[in-house]
Amino acid sequence: MEEVDLRLDGNAAGGLLREVFAFEVTAARGTCASCGAVGEVATLVLYAHAPGAVLRCPACGAVVLRVARGRDRVWVDARGLSCLELAPGA
Amino acid sequence: MAEGFVSRGFRGRRRENVPSERVPPGQYVTPDFPVLSAGPTPHTPLEQWSFAVLAGDDELARWSWDEFRALPSETVTVDIHCVTKWSKLDTTWEGVSVDTLLDGLDADAGYVTAFCDGGYTTNLPLEDVTDGKAWVAFGYDGEPLDPEHGGPARLLVPHLYFWKSAKWVRGLRLMDEDEPGFWESLGYHLYGDPWREQRYWGD
Amino acid sequence: MAGAALLGRLEPLVWRLAEVVEIVAETPSVSSLVLDVPGWPGHRAGQHVDVRLTAEDGYQAQRSYSIASPPEDDQVTLTVERLEDGEVSPYLVGEVRPGDRFELRGPIGGYFVWEAAEGAPLDLAAGGSGIVPLMAMLRHRAAAGSGVRARLLYSTRTLDDVIYGDELERLAADGDGLTVAYTLTRAQPSGWAGYARRVDREMLADVLGGPGAGAIAFVCGPTGFVESVAAALVDLGYEPPQVKTERFGPTGGE
Repeated sequence: MEEVDLRLDGNAAGGLLREVFAFEVTAARGTCASCGAVGEVATLVLYAHAPGAVLRCPACGAVVLRVARGRDRVWVDARGLSCLELAPGA
Repeated sequence: MAEGFVSRGFRGRRRENVPSERVPPGQYVTPDFPVLSAGPTPHTPLEQWSFAVLAGDDELARWSWDEFRALPSETVTVDIHCVTKWSKLDTTWEGVSVDTLLDGLDADAGYVTAFCDGGYTTNLPLEDVTDGKAWVAFGYDGEPLDPEHGGPARLLVPHLYFWKSAKWVRGLRLMDEDEPGFWESLGYHLYGDPWREQRYWGD
Repeated sequence: MAGAALLGRLEPLVWRLAEVVEIVAETPSVSSLVLDVPGWPGHRAGQHVDVRLTAEDGYQAQRSYSIASPPEDDQVTLTVERLEDGEVSPYLVGEVRPGDRFELRGPIGGYFVWEAAEGAPLDLAAGGSGIVPLMAMLRHRAAAGSGVRARLLYSTRTLDDVIYGDELERLAADGDGLTVAYTLTRAQPSGWAGYARRVDREMLADVLGGPGAGAIAFVCGPTGFVESVAAALVDLGYEPPQVKTERFGPTGGE
């Protein structure tokens, strides 16, 4: 499985996600819009060796979140995330 | 260019000194061939592989692997430029020219969208994949194209940033509109000319 | 440190300049860098930092490294393994000297973290350099005087690859509830009495015992290691939310 070298998880996207969200989102629980699986953003499968970060559902492989950075802008596609649950006091 | 504190003694990946007319702005030349991917490497068996040219929902042509490999092919040596800033010079590929694939078809459209195993897409003007500017490549550096680099076949469009050279390509869909593909819908430039440094929207 | 956790959420994540104060050679290919980071907001055990290096021609490279030091330390320690074909790690392990500075941002992470104040017993499984964030947890546990049960299964290729070996022995000998077991997967010294194979369900059952009430399992290492260990733990009865994972691998974007 040559692709194991390219797979990390949402933990490794933590710094990038802090550029987008004003809080630590890796502990937040997201619902995959494709299959309904629920899990922490930290457990999403991260493909970081790309023009942008692509986070996929560990259950079904669908793209849950995409983030790209370019100069002074960040682009976020969260269509694959149908719900994000945050526990502000956590 | 992002600001940053220059750390004493840090050199980074080996960057070759090359005449600047070969290197687009903001790029570094590497002897390596980095692997970039947005998802798991597909492994479509060749018996199930095919390449299609579509117009809307109409199939204008389709080749099985054997039929595709029976088409006239050529070997080309080109420079490639990735939007992540590395460039690799004098890369050698073997592939079928997109002109050959479109030959005889009613390809009257302004744009194409390349579609791939794994769901990746990228959009290009039709004129940027014709007249000897693009290939569907099945060989790299004298060997069959490695799956991690897009094998069995990938699109090769060297005059644009390399995200347009879609890996694991399965076909071209002729389009009336320039519909943003995977990266083009997430901030990456619709056209992507490395010589005008068109990396992102608005560049 | 509950206040620091909240502060961690509200503080913007900015690049700070870290200065190397001391370098500790842990193994032939692993070193710890003790850093002064002015303005460091504090952190929780298990969190990591992003390191950014800029060359004279403006070329930049960025990687993530787990924090090895506990929150109780004033300085921030990173433990880095030099990778053969690495771009950043050969600089951090081999080139860097005390007095050198580089950019760093953090702390990052809210999932793979453990606080002694919350008291959850620890079931830890480390593959190679995956030991680093788990060591921060064990150092924090010791510094906080926590006596919660902690069990570590540490897998490396050879005995020479074991990081923090002496310190782990000391912590385990303290008798405060920590047990450590090693498995050497590639080569073992003569007379080796520990495990000598890849981590499997049976080994995890022997070492970690099984999910105690409220225990959290932290698994860290290469993707293959993390996936198989996490699956085995669930098979042994751990509830999926009790098993926290962090995959290690090259974090360079390109």
